[in-house]
Amino acid sequence: MISVENVSKSFTLHNQGAAVIPVMRGASLQVARGECVALVGASGAGKSTLMRMIYGNYLAAAGRIMIGDVDVAVAQPRDILQLRRYTLGYVSQFLRVVPRVPTVAVVAEPLLATGTPRDAALARAEVLLDRLNIPQRLWSLSPTTFSGGEQQRVNIARGFAYDYPALLLDEPTASLDGTNREVVMSMIEQAKARGAAIIGIFHDEAARARVCDREIDVTGFTPKAAA
Amino acid sequence: MTPLLQVSNIAKFYGHRIGCTDVSFDLYPGEVMGIVGESGSGKSTLLNCLAGHLTPDTGAVRFDTRTDGLRDTVTMSEPERRMLSRTDWAFVHQHARDGLRMNVSAGGNVGERLMAVGARHYGDIRATATDWLGRVEISEDRIDDRPTAFSGGMQQRLQIARNLVTGPRLVFMDEPTGGLDVSVQARLLDLLRGLVREMNLSAIIVTHDLAVVRLLADRLMVMKDGHVVETGLTDQVLDDPQHGYTQLLVSSVLQV
Repeated sequence: MISVENVSKSFTLHNQGAAVIPVMRGASLQVARGECVALVGASGAGKSTLMRMIYGNYLAAAGRIMIGDVDVAVAQPRDILQLRRYTLGYVSQFLRVVPRVPTVAVVAEPLLATGTPRDAALARAEVLLDRLNIPQRLWSLSPTTFSGGEQQRVNIARGFAYDYPALLLDEPTASLDGTNREVVMSMIEQAKARGAAIIGIFHDEAARARVCDREIDVTGFTPKAAA
Repeated sequence: MTPLLQVSNIAKFYGHRIGCTDVSFDLYPGEVMGIVGESGSGKSTLLNCLAGHLTPDTGAVRFDTRTDGLRDTVTMSEPERRMLSRTDWAFVHQHARDGLRMNVSAGGNVGERLMAVGARHYGDIRATATDWLGRVEISEDRIDDRPTAFSGGMQQRLQIARNLVTGPRLVFMDEPTGGLDVSVQARLLDLLRGLVREMNLSAIIVTHDLAVVRLLADRLMVMKDGHVVETGLTDQVLDDPQHGYTQLLVSSVLQV
């Protein structure tokens, strides 16, 4: 489902003496349907960078990033938008929303974007919020004032609202307590069971061991300093 | 799929000075494109060339008309272009008073655009106007008030209702949230996002507010000194800017 081949990336800082920082070389990985792969490596090794390239958020300098039959590395913006709408979901570490929009609408948005009728989308959002233990009295409020853990759960609900065939999870359990961590774990397992290809970054080793089939150490993709 | 708008090689000069030059892009139905850049970068000049308010010196702006497919709006006749701007196009000005008739009631402002496309039944026009005022969250009992009696945010929402009542397919927006206080801005952004999704609108939004384009636009075009320096997916351009100017722009935003 997801196939990354020989991807490299460097950042050019034009306003700081045009410094060129190579951050990744020869990154390759494959993820099949129903499989969950963890990206591991020290902080700064490039886990999030690789994940962002797969999502099309960062431009890849070279290589191919195939999601189904779309090559994200060279696709037009509208093809990537289409891909994000129907195929590729992403749960980022931080929630970014329009202020003053109710939580339930924030969660329902990916469903509305795919043409789900409003009532069905809101109903599904309510089920997810309930499952993730967000108290009902908060549903009509904007998540911008929520605590860190609550925001993260809203973000997860939003990422799981639509059944994407491919999912990217950036630290989905980072600031959650035991009960909610358990809920997220079971949601990931369900997504795997329905055939989703998942790439995740988990600092929580127990979580990683439980849901991930393989680990890929991104340190292997770091360009050698003196090379 | 046919693009809704196909822009090729637009250039506009003011004497020796460049307004904008070498601008080409395709816009597809349902897509929202943001144009950002500092004052004087040519973004408003470009928008006015696209919307037919200015005549570009070179290039073509082809619009997918309902009857004849792609037509170059630069060379079409004035009456045809006017018809387009009353029906399939809408233009939301930064200052609502530029896009509203200030001495006509709120309902009249909305109804006028309907009458321009042939609506004549008073009851129907008033019902549609009431419906649209509701959609932009202006209460029904203000329908007979003039826009001069409205706050800035209400005027802007009224302008949006007036523009969208005829079911346009392409909306041009020049700093739609500029000059509004942030709480009104947030509500307007949410309103615009909903309308874009429900009506499958395409839009071109000129702004210098990067937070607004991040929330509203699918694609982004960055302009400097009349040239397009970078284009791409909005979050990609903002999170991984490639051009030196875009990097400067993104890193100059003050954090709240």
